[in-house]
Amino acid sequence: MLQRLSHLLGTEVLSHEQILFLLDQAKPFQEFQRHPLKKLATLRGKTVAIAFFESSTRTRISFTTAAARLGADTMALQAESSSLKKGESLIDTVRTLEAMRPDGIVIRHASSGAPAFVAERLEIPVLNAGDGTHEHPTQALLDALTIRDRKGKLEDWNVTILGDILHSRVARSNIHLLSKFGTRITLCGPAMWVPRALENLAPNLRVTHRIEEALEGADVVMVLRVQTERIHEPALAADEYIAGYQLTPARLRLARPDALVLHPGPIVRGLEIDSAVADGPQSGVLEQVTNGLAVRMALLYHLIGGAPTDAPHPAKDRSNASD
Amino acid sequence: MLLIRNGRVLDPASKTDAAVDVLLDGERISKVGANLSAPGAEILDAKGLIVAPGFIDLHCHLREPGQELSETIETGTKAAARGGFTAVCCMPNTHPVNDNASVTRGIVERAAEVGAVRVWPIGAASMESKGEALAEIAAMKSAGIVAVSDDGKPVATARLMRQVMDYCNSLDLPVIDHCEDPSLFAGGVMREGPQSLRLGLQGIPAQSESICAGRDVEVASITGARLHIAHMSTRGSLEYVRWARKQGLRVTCEVTPHHFTLTDEDVRYDSNYKMNPPLASRSDRDALIAGLADGSVDAIATDHAPHHPASKDVEFDRAPFGIIGFETALALGLAELVHTGKLSLMRLVELFTTGPARVLGIERKITAGEPADLTLFSTDLEWTFHAADSPSKSRNTPFDGRAFRGAPMAAIVAGRVAYRR
Repeated sequence: MLQRLSHLLGTEVLSHEQILFLLDQAKPFQEFQRHPLKKLATLRGKTVAIAFFESSTRTRISFTTAAARLGADTMALQAESSSLKKGESLIDTVRTLEAMRPDGIVIRHASSGAPAFVAERLEIPVLNAGDGTHEHPTQALLDALTIRDRKGKLEDWNVTILGDILHSRVARSNIHLLSKFGTRITLCGPAMWVPRALENLAPNLRVTHRIEEALEGADVVMVLRVQTERIHEPALAADEYIAGYQLTPARLRLARPDALVLHPGPIVRGLEIDSAVADGPQSGVLEQVTNGLAVRMALLYHLIGGAPTDAPHPAKDRSNASD
Repeated sequence: MLLIRNGRVLDPASKTDAAVDVLLDGERISKVGANLSAPGAEILDAKGLIVAPGFIDLHCHLREPGQELSETIETGTKAAARGGFTAVCCMPNTHPVNDNASVTRGIVERAAEVGAVRVWPIGAASMESKGEALAEIAAMKSAGIVAVSDDGKPVATARLMRQVMDYCNSLDLPVIDHCEDPSLFAGGVMREGPQSLRLGLQGIPAQSESICAGRDVEVASITGARLHIAHMSTRGSLEYVRWARKQGLRVTCEVTPHHFTLTDEDVRYDSNYKMNPPLASRSDRDALIAGLADGSVDAIATDHAPHHPASKDVEFDRAPFGIIGFETALALGLAELVHTGKLSLMRLVELFTTGPARVLGIERKITAGEPADLTLFSTDLEWTFHAADSPSKSRNTPFDGRAFRGAPMAAIVAGRVAYRR
């Protein structure tokens, strides 16, 4: 029997079966995004608190839209307008939100572990929308969905992740998720951002600082944004990064001919990725965005809808349509 | 008069391990011997217990003056007595900083009024511990400080360390350093390693500490002064201490119970696992235990660092560093070092008594004429530590709910029973 999730804190703690279940649940929601009327009544009457303690546009819009398409109401808290500016602690802020009786809370926070900290203290499901340099599990799930769609399966690929791995929660969540599916993962980027010790994070993980070596034989290339806001070290000159690590059409030719290119966004064209690659036929960037909606709908349905794991899928149940 | 009967006296100074009685008369020990009798004396039956010299804690934070929400001299010393300590050295990072004689006198006077155990203040090395001008060290010595330190931070530069050491050498005071290289520390919150990478928490390399320890022993070789490395947590620092001693330098060091008990692998998103220095790697922890066993480490010190619950109940990276430690120190020493066979009981007692005394340049022994400071403890009493029962104002400890075998049973300070279990 599938272990029901009570929170989504990271992919490290998800089992192989739970990941496959969530991806399967997301599948009908992918098709649903093409419907002319994108509204279900599945979570009608439910409220999702969207608490973003760190600025974000795409993830916040994606979660808010996912909740809306399931029929749920949302209440939003944003760092800029919140009482945090007035010195309120995280725990007081989320307890205040909880007192308004939402059915779940989506948290993004600059501190690693903040969603776990909150989950230990609240009664409602907590969904991690990115915590510090720890995890960003919905990103890894939508990446997995994209890989499975484009390449026909999730198992046994060679995946290369390029960029500032040390400060990347996207990388950590992808490493933990993909390593449960026999993936051989290569991490590559400037040496101070890709320490050797990262090889301890999961099995079948290797570190190289030479991009040619990293790309050779890759089935999937994930390009990370260079996160200047999270870098404690003296910054590397942009020209130096571009020369050493930008994913260009020439470099992409070192990978398998059918290699898939992913990027979690927002893209800084001309820095970590050349526009020709970002917009090219191998790019899955826009599918990632659409798949993000499907994955987040599946998670909200599973965690907040409280349906049994063998219930009929809401996106296939026409009577569920709202209005 | 107080007669302690039927106990097993362990006195590292004289290497005594014997079933003898100890008679206290006022503030002094008056007699030590078998089957003593003293008509009219109050009797304390120590059957089945160890009778040791009074425990000294070289490193704690009592938070008074200025941070009384977290701890006071009264509550902190009560917790210390429950831990079996008879004297505690409090660090100067109070508000205001203990960098002049009037603050020192305030602490000494308050301790005389409400302290459950002896309080020996440590003065700041620099004014406000800012690492610029020297603090008023000689005046503080007259007022009662036993050492100097800018604890919480390292003594800022090698040049300042040289001046502080030269000056303290002339005053016969040890200089205690919190070893850390600020540029490598760089906002870190736990030890750098596989676990910090996994948790996505900013790491502090072990070398942040040992680079500074290396600097300090080099400066000690210029000055010949007494240097004591606080809360040492790495193999590298320990090697510098060993090297310094081989050169004949007067360098000592202490290790905390949490650093010989826990490792970075234990760190979770719970600020009770956040301290500075951070919990070390398993290999460093094992090196510290070897140092405790072979005599390279002089003392076990708690670094009791109370923080009121609201300040610790926050995101890991935003929480202050430090945990409370008085009441679990001995029990952790027994559990991790003695019951495991790594240290003899005598060696553990030494680390709480003659070891720290030697760092301070004093004696600690159970002999007629010595101060009547004694610690009585059991090596096999089974009990569970509950932070909620602590007299401390703070609850920040990773050992809440831990079951122990062996416990402090009494603390006797200047002939008075400060704590009795």
